Amino acid sequence: MLLVALGIGIVAVIASAILGPKRRGSRTKLMAYESGNDPEGGVGTGQRFPVHFYLVAMLFIIFDIETAFFYPLAVAYQKLVPFAFFEAITFVLLLLVGYVYILKKKVLEWA
Amino acid sequence: MPDWLATLLISLVKAVLVVLGLLTTFAYMTLVERRLLGRMQLRPGPNRVGPMGLLQPAADAIKSIFKEDLNVTLADKLVYTLAPIVAIGMALTAFGGLPAGPAGSLFGENPWVYNLDAGILALLALTSMGVYGIFLGGWASGSKYPILGGLRSSAQMISYELGMGLSILGLLMLVGTTSFNNTFNSDGTLRALGFVGWQAENGWLILFQALGFALFLISSFAETNRTPFDLPEAEQEIVAGYLTEYSAIKWALFQMAEYVNMITASAVMATLFFGGWKGPQFLNGLIPGISDWPLVWLIAKIAFFLFLFIWVRATLPRLRYDQLMRFGWKLVLPLALANTVMTAAFLAFRGQGGLWFLSILSFAALAALLVMSDRVRVLWNQPTVRREGDVRLGGGD
Repeated sequence: MLLVALGIGIVAVIASAILGPKRRGSRTKLMAYESGNDPEGGVGTGQRFPVHFYLVAMLFIIFDIETAFFYPLAVAYQKLVPFAFFEAITFVLLLLVGYVYILKKKVLEWA
Repeated sequence: MPDWLATLLISLVKAVLVVLGLLTTFAYMTLVERRLLGRMQLRPGPNRVGPMGLLQPAADAIKSIFKEDLNVTLADKLVYTLAPIVAIGMALTAFGGLPAGPAGSLFGENPWVYNLDAGILALLALTSMGVYGIFLGGWASGSKYPILGGLRSSAQMISYELGMGLSILGLLMLVGTTSFNNTFNSDGTLRALGFVGWQAENGWLILFQALGFALFLISSFAETNRTPFDLPEAEQEIVAGYLTEYSAIKWALFQMAEYVNMITASAVMATLFFGGWKGPQFLNGLIPGISDWPLVWLIAKIAFFLFLFIWVRATLPRLRYDQLMRFGWKLVLPLALANTVMTAAFLAFRGQGGLWFLSILSFAALAALLVMSDRVRVLWNQPTVRREGDVRLGGGD
């Protein structure tokens, strides 16, 4: 399935490369989009980005690991109740402490 | 012909069929979307190319293949070319695991391409691989707007992926498996009820997980970058986001990936919450066997959700980026956790019986949320008050 799916993409790109017009673009044509101005910023020019993106990615990793821990618990849950319930609650509470902390630190405020 | 070769060939044929089917659906989906948006805005959609505009998708496809494929000077050539291929590959692959009928119902073959015990996990993993396509595409373009769009898109998609993953935990607890179909031991005895089988026995899961479904719906809108969450390609704000530097077929491949993701999300919602390829059982009283009609029910449900996607696009304005992230992290995430804990508590202290109680609980929670939505909006949506001397964490974007 993966091979076929990737194959479709590759075939499409190759077909377009063969069938499309092959003109040499001028410098202006190949310039990055900047509403007609010379481009400023972009890859390799040291443009800086908000640290927020980094924080969100970091939090995502933490909470996604939490989710990963939850899946086996959820699948086996009905065989483990009621003991598993308290286990899960403890785990959730521990994470909630961290969650409240990042709320209070305003990490999630995109001002 | 040895056995394994036959199996391989059959699944290859099925994969090709599914891919071609998805691409055709995508093509006509664009047409249907334009026509429907037209209807909703009191104008006809495309109606010149062919009868009722039916050849419009073909015209679009031929155009995008014959267009010149630009490689912008600053672009990283290899990644720039690979990104759309990754995006479309992952989007198409994710669909293959969904069942379209009982085992052996497709001319004696199974109506799915691959069937994994961890079906849902594989699906989530594949859809989140799509983030790579989008972000690398934005980065490799070597230009400012694509990078911004790519960053925003990846932050948005991973945020809502959390909501998505957490909102189906309740389902997993109820059903007790991650596979879509019933799984059998080697001697043919039932090992576990899959999602479709469970829902055929106990009723559609939307009845028991209304809150979870609402969250999953919202998350899948955000995952597929559709309005009201289509910030990554917000034309009026940052040109076309990660698509700015793409032309010809590569652009078309990204579009394709988005629409295929929509179809997959619809199919997943139909399978997880609305009984999959099984129709409502009570209709069997009117026409015997109607709930088992192959494919019809699944396609009807997918079509319904696709219509919902288009309808919402014509109705809601886009969220601002800070609103979007706040919504994802402060509303969807805690509510999904609350839903999980609610289901867990129910299962722990009421046992198997009395599922209707959970149903009432879930609908009550959803209703309470809707009633309070105005209050919630005020609570979660108030602008950040920045006092003098507050350390400013970042410059927004």
